[in-house]
Amino acid sequence: MLIIDNELCIGCGDCESSCAFAAIEVIDEIAVVGDACTLCGACVDNCPVEALHIEGGEKAKQVDLNVWSGVWVYCEFRCGRLANVSLELLGIGRKLADDRNVKLSAVLLGADTGEIAGKLIGYGADKVYSVDNPALASFTDEIYGAVLSSLIQEHNPEIVIAGATAIGRSFIPGVANILGAGLTADCTQLAIRKDDGALLQTRPAFGGNIMATIECPSSRPQMATVRPNVMKALEYDRDRQGEIIDVQPDPALLQAKVRVLETVISEHDDVNIQEADILVGGGRGLDSEKGFELIRQLARTLSASVSASRAVVDAGWIGYPHQVGQTGKTVAPGLYIACGISGAIQHVAGMQSSETIVAINRDKEAPIFNVADFGIVGDLFEVLPKLITSLEEYKKS
Amino acid sequence: MKIIVCIKQVPDAKDVRLDPETNTLAREGVESIMNPYDQHAVEEAVSLKEQLGGEVTVLSMGPPQAEAVLRQAISCGADCGVLISDRAFAGADTWATSYTLAKAVQKIGEFDLILCGKQAIDGDTAQVGPGLAIQLQIPFLTCIQKVREVTEDEIVMERMMDDGFDVVAVSYPALLTVVKDINEPRVPSLKGKMKSKKATIKVLSAEDVGADSSCIGLAGSPTQVVDVFPPPPRGERAVLTGTIDEQVAQLTEKLAAYL
Repeated sequence: MLIIDNELCIGCGDCESSCAFAAIEVIDEIAVVGDACTLCGACVDNCPVEALHIEGGEKAKQVDLNVWSGVWVYCEFRCGRLANVSLELLGIGRKLADDRNVKLSAVLLGADTGEIAGKLIGYGADKVYSVDNPALASFTDEIYGAVLSSLIQEHNPEIVIAGATAIGRSFIPGVANILGAGLTADCTQLAIRKDDGALLQTRPAFGGNIMATIECPSSRPQMATVRPNVMKALEYDRDRQGEIIDVQPDPALLQAKVRVLETVISEHDDVNIQEADILVGGGRGLDSEKGFELIRQLARTLSASVSASRAVVDAGWIGYPHQVGQTGKTVAPGLYIACGISGAIQHVAGMQSSETIVAINRDKEAPIFNVADFGIVGDLFEVLPKLITSLEEYKKS
Repeated sequence: MKIIVCIKQVPDAKDVRLDPETNTLAREGVESIMNPYDQHAVEEAVSLKEQLGGEVTVLSMGPPQAEAVLRQAISCGADCGVLISDRAFAGADTWATSYTLAKAVQKIGEFDLILCGKQAIDGDTAQVGPGLAIQLQIPFLTCIQKVREVTEDEIVMERMMDDGFDVVAVSYPALLTVVKDINEPRVPSLKGKMKSKKATIKVLSAEDVGADSSCIGLAGSPTQVVDVFPPPPRGERAVLTGTIDEQVAQLTEKLAAYL
């Protein structure tokens, strides 16, 4: 815990202003720590009189870090399709592996994966551990978790990364727990620290209001899930050489208590909004389900997917899988066009990492304009039809 | 059916904002609420109890004031509340939190189901639910959007996936995390409110749950925060000007690269 030496404290308040979590406060000229303290240590570093220290901060367990080597990427394959994020992860994984001067391996789990393993080499992998087995046809946390954990235990990679997808965010935490490994969710930056080769994992916290960099000082592997659409895939290189290792898993690992009875793939192919390059988002400003149709039209013009604010989903104009925000999905497309969305913090938290943000809203005070790169203040029912026509004409010319 | 629901007290997102001068979270006027996803977990547990009979225990780890969310859950139909609270838990990451909750669950005793929200809105990790299940060595399912059928032996559900959903079945014991589509949380009844005021919340320390000191708090956490900083500022912001037609023309040019 954070210990404050009242004898040394001069009540200068440097700790207070260095605390990103507002967890330390100077009361009657003495610093007092509150329950929001995450023991990040920022105040300790900033105290001019060394009145603060963290006690019991030493990690209780220490593994031999030298036993662990190599970077692994879990490549997600479901219903005959490789998730885009897997290729993005091979891109960043390649960089991490080169910085560490180690090999990059892909782990492919699934059934009937066909030519996918070879493709992973073209996108940067040196090795592919391919586990192609009928027991992996449907995703179950138990089997996927058991197979990946056992491969990690056998080969000791220092880094394991996976996409922050429905599947990755489900079974990877299980794997980390089985291994007693540190895991950071939803990373948006990964880098190797030069001094000691540690993986620095950076992620947004508090709805994107704060960025936190996290490391795993005493445990291995260092694990992270990474948001889709953040990292860049390498150009496919058909001449890249690599090794494909076919893994036959121990049948004992292929047992699950959970039964998957049916897989229902959405008939709308734009339901996976986290992978979309362009999103057109609609909010309450559309007035009605009929008004929401304009969003779909604009989306068609831009070959975009459709997203929505919570209000619209709650009103039943579109399904929950399309909801962006704190209680929906977090997205980071190249272009996000917010139409009639006021920009409540809960929504902004889910889309503020988008590369370019356009806002169209009749209320010029709407907070969405604070995060928008381009804004139009105007009536949607006037602006959107004109924009659709204008874009269609531009396409023709 | 015995159900344990894990809930967390979080700062209300609408109050969380950065002080632009100091780049720290503003402390004034931040209210604490029950994590929104957890409200759906409590509702689902109470509704399962109403169908099958049984008991709902709500469990939280946090500072003493987290008792408030346990009382709120009781007002919505939960039967009893347990708070695990100890300064020694400070700095716990998701691994140490999962371990600590598992020790508390073992202390509470037998159960058929554990329900959790998909994630907490302050950390957004979604890691504690699966971690808790692994610690307890029971199967888990995340992002449940609908319970289709529940019997004494088995529960059949829809789990939300990126491309649709899977229909899944599991027998007990099991841990489920839920998304908000699963139900509409009820408003507490007057009777519920009375009951929650009178309820005794059991408070347990690290020692009470028999937690190994090397597995809790900062020392027991494999991860370590090494830096916190404000997000990089976004680029130049521009509200377009001119008539609507002129603005649409300007925007079309900006969007041309995406066509």
